[in-house]
Amino acid sequence: MDYEFHWNIVFQNMPELLNGAFVTLHVSVLAMLLGVVIAILLAIAKMNNSKPFCYVATVWVEIARNTPALFQIYMAYFGLGAFGIHLSPYVAVLSALVFINAGYLTETFRGGFQSIPTTQYSASKSLGMTSIQAYRYIILPQMLRRIYHPMTNQFVWSILMSSLGILVGMSELSGTTQRLQSLSFRTLEFFIVAAVMYFIITKLVLFSSSLLARRLFKGEI
Amino acid sequence: MISVQNVHKSFGDLEVLKGVSLDVEKGEVVSIIGGSGSGKSTLLYCINAIEPINSGKILVDGVDVHAKETNKDKLRQKLGMVFQQWNSFPHMTVLENAALAPRIVKKMSKEEAIEIAKKELEHVGLGDKLDVYPTKMSGGQQQRLAIARALAMKPDYMLLDEVTSALDPELVGEVLDTLRLLAEEGMTMICVTHEMGFARDVSDRVAYFHQGVIAEIGEARQVITDPQNPLTQKFLSKVR
Ligand SMILES: Nc1ncnc2c1ncn2[C@@H]1O[C@H](COP(=O)(O)OP(=O)(O)O)[C@@H](O)[C@H]1O
Ligand SMILES: [Mg+2]
Repeated sequence: MDYEFHWNIVFQNMPELLNGAFVTLHVSVLAMLLGVVIAILLAIAKMNNSKPFCYVATVWVEIARNTPALFQIYMAYFGLGAFGIHLSPYVAVLSALVFINAGYLTETFRGGFQSIPTTQYSASKSLGMTSIQAYRYIILPQMLRRIYHPMTNQFVWSILMSSLGILVGMSELSGTTQRLQSLSFRTLEFFIVAAVMYFIITKLVLFSSSLLARRLFKGEI
Repeated sequence: MISVQNVHKSFGDLEVLKGVSLDVEKGEVVSIIGGSGSGKSTLLYCINAIEPINSGKILVDGVDVHAKETNKDKLRQKLGMVFQQWNSFPHMTVLENAALAPRIVKKMSKEEAIEIAKKELEHVGLGDKLDVYPTKMSGGQQQRLAIARALAMKPDYMLLDEVTSALDPELVGEVLDTLRLLAEEGMTMICVTHEMGFARDVSDRVAYFHQGVIAEIGEARQVITDPQNPLTQKFLSKVR
């Protein structure tokens, strides 16, 4: 083995890498928040039997879950570009991640909701609760416990998948790493450090998520 | 007083209640017996306004349960209901299960709600389980929790739907004892039950349900030990 590691150049560029990492986190958080909001709407649409809404939701979920993320990003960036809609790399990656997150989370939410027995609702009503109270205190808290881990996983997935931004020239962590290594030719060093940074970010997310779960669910999870 | 007047109720084409009338006075315990599918549960759900009715009338203390202008959430505060499947809220402790409705429905202060909940839990013998999660308890304990949870709302009536049917045989006794205690304290109850001994000893009257009508109703001991209607006789000879 005659490869000589040179780490100095990587550390000199640390501020830029950290900036890239920040963009990665930024785009994933936003993709998650928007994805959750849309998924709630899609899940409601799928459970209500109002035909047009249900149809849109089903098509959305099926495409999001059964086509590659790479394809979604290309569609958002080059595909829409062909129609004269020019999205910045950031917006293109964000829209693709929102699209996919919403698709997966719709099924997570629907499954979580349907896993709560309807007798929990009648028991709440029989105690004099209004429908809103039954949802607020009985149905939704139980549902949240069941969708919490799948949601955390989806968030971690978004962080890792945002690295596909490299393909459309987005300057998140992978894109930044790509640019810096091509300037310095220290390919291995830069990608090793980037990998470690991804690892730390996802571990931090998982750790804070379980801390939060412990607070929210009082040691039941 | 609960007054059920010529109630008809269908699920689609299936008529489940075919003209049921029943008056239950304050302080009275009425047991409903009958084969499965005869409409016993449906009657309780109709009294509690969980299910709508097709015709007839149900009055609770003179209030028409199914009238449009009736506030059904408010009405249900008077009617405690316990189901065959205990339906404890699994994400809350035993104490929280019992204190929640007094707190959010009756808008009591936290201290007040907790005090009432504790009292009712002690009442049913769960005073030492306050901080336990229901899923860690036996079916009998969870069913007693469901009873305490209903009692914490200080209902005027209790509707009990086969509350011992899903329990292991050795756990039935503790729940029946709790109901016996309530009866002695003067609680007005309608109990759908398969426990003939309980129906005979604890209730004032027994009604035999057959295919959506009350085929026989009378003084408890008399209906159970000396039924007049051949249908009741046949049913009782089978369950004995
Ligand atoms: N929600 C429902 N939808 C349709 N049919 C129902 C529903 N609930 C009960 N039924 C039917 O009504 C009949 C009476 O049911 P139920 O009142 O539960 O009987 P019981 O409690 O006496 O066993 C049964 O044939 C049952 O299948
Ligand atoms: Mg029944």
